[in-house]
Amino acid sequence: MSTATVIGSTGFSTQAEEYRLHVDDYASIEEEIGHYEDPRAASIGALKIVQKRHGWVPDGAIPVIGRLLGIPASDVEGVATFYNLIFRRPVGRYVIKVCDSVACFLTGYEELKEEVCKQLGIGLGETTADGRFTLLPICCLGACDRGPVLMIDDDTHFGVLPQEVARLLERYP
Amino acid sequence: MTADTRPLTYRVDPAAPLDIRGYESQEGYAAVRKALKEMQPSEVTALVKEANLRGRGGAGFPTGVKWSLVPMGKNAPRQKYLLCNADEMEPGTFKDRLLMEGAPHQLVESMIVSGYAIQASRGYIFLRGEYVLAAERLERAIGEAKVAGYLGANPLGSPWSFELFVHSGAGRYIPGEETALINSLEGRRAHPRAKPPFPQIAGLWGKPTVVNNVETLCNVPHIVLRGSQWFHELSQGKSKDSGTKLYGASGRVRRPGLWELPFGVSAREILEEHAGGMQAGLKLKCWLPGGASTDFLTPEHLDLAMDFDTIAKAGSRMGTGLLTVVDDSRSIISVVRNLEEFFARESCGWCTPCRDGLPWSVRLLAALERGEGRPGDIETLEQLCRFLGPGRTFCAHAPGAVEPLQSAIKYFRHEFEAGIARPPVAAEHTRAAQAVA
Repeated sequence: MSTATVIGSTGFSTQAEEYRLHVDDYASIEEEIGHYEDPRAASIGALKIVQKRHGWVPDGAIPVIGRLLGIPASDVEGVATFYNLIFRRPVGRYVIKVCDSVACFLTGYEELKEEVCKQLGIGLGETTADGRFTLLPICCLGACDRGPVLMIDDDTHFGVLPQEVARLLERYP
Repeated sequence: MTADTRPLTYRVDPAAPLDIRGYESQEGYAAVRKALKEMQPSEVTALVKEANLRGRGGAGFPTGVKWSLVPMGKNAPRQKYLLCNADEMEPGTFKDRLLMEGAPHQLVESMIVSGYAIQASRGYIFLRGEYVLAAERLERAIGEAKVAGYLGANPLGSPWSFELFVHSGAGRYIPGEETALINSLEGRRAHPRAKPPFPQIAGLWGKPTVVNNVETLCNVPHIVLRGSQWFHELSQGKSKDSGTKLYGASGRVRRPGLWELPFGVSAREILEEHAGGMQAGLKLKCWLPGGASTDFLTPEHLDLAMDFDTIAKAGSRMGTGLLTVVDDSRSIISVVRNLEEFFARESCGWCTPCRDGLPWSVRLLAALERGEGRPGDIETLEQLCRFLGPGRTFCAHAPGAVEPLQSAIKYFRHEFEAGIARPPVAAEHTRAAQAVA
């Protein structure tokens, strides 16, 4: 890890210019660029690579990615803030995404969400004080026959009942 | 289940998808062989046109017609692109996940055959970021297909070359719109583009581009192998539309799920025979035929054939063909409020009617849901349905959002009226009347 990011009291990096891309991430982004006719197309991939390392995309990484792809930092930021799976603030060790679309609405996502909120003591968009979980809403996860559905990081959990939430969360220490 | 009657799903196994050897032993890549060795690209397109394959992503546009608008021949641009729309996010839709997780090689083969038809230089599978398992399996399938010589430079000795990549997205619903998908793939915010020019002329990086849905593409190898007549016969006597369709049902039915059935089966057959009817103690209130952006239909519409024209005549759209079943324990306003919250959140913000109109509809619906609606709210919602309708916005997002709203008002106006708070005067009058009594 070679990050020299300094986190200020606002939670955002204050010394953007010091961000140094990890050598492995640099290689991954270069590989990603090779998939496209124009390096700009790797912007989402590059943001995801950086996010994989830190859990979120620190401010300093934005201009670095811009320089690597030959596009303005403002364009990279525009992309980063458009897509909901790119996080521009620190998140918890695990990110819970609860589907709130119509099929899960009909099968009871609201009760599920309430239980998760109760267990963690947070609301949507918030992170637990111990930095373990962030809770977010997500649109239809394409498993409507097995609702309600939620994801924890890359794991998708189907047909989750409120009474199963406590045990499910234990699997993510 | 056989190839003849369930072409899309007979090789699907989400628990253990076939690797390339297993897939090859079940006719896998036979269509690539046939197309590349025995057919001209234009013959593949002509065959798909004859088969009357229509887009399974929701709009039902004829696939062969779409392809035939791509410039071909010596003077055509050398770079052309085939994009697979695998950004499955239409609420209530869960079909492409199964096809990709359960038979990744089928999609890879479909991309190769379809790419050959339009002589694409590259293909991208635009996959939503959350489909992590599908991404892994597709990457593996692409790797295996490359090693086997079906992909890359001059597959099977063909003069044509084709590279295929998985592009994993980073969220939002709007990249499912084809021009927004192109912007997203280029690494931009996923705003839709104005048409014309159509993507077939100037799409990805300004080059000819075709965007097709996963399920649409997966039909192509079967049409190439078995012919257009066979494809018509799959749904003969049931529908003018050809082939099979992945139909499904979700909501509080006994057996929610997904079934490959001939085009034109009735919604009643899907709901009652395949999904087993409603759960105990519940009655069917209404249903969305194919995703959040289709108009509600009622129990009276259950005997309609689930095909593009029949459902359109009933005032809705078949959309993705997966029923979202609403039971009688729900107020229609709560369901529509949930739907419009989704559309409001997912508006890309590019054009004003959509960006401002959708949150407005949510505020009105939330008030009606609490019983705090004001006289005129229903009329305002109806006005919003017009202002956000087709032709008033940049893309189809807001017109899609309007469909469940306008149909909910049409069929359940009494519930909307009940959400309007009784004026204080009337309330006082009632109290006075009670006091006297």
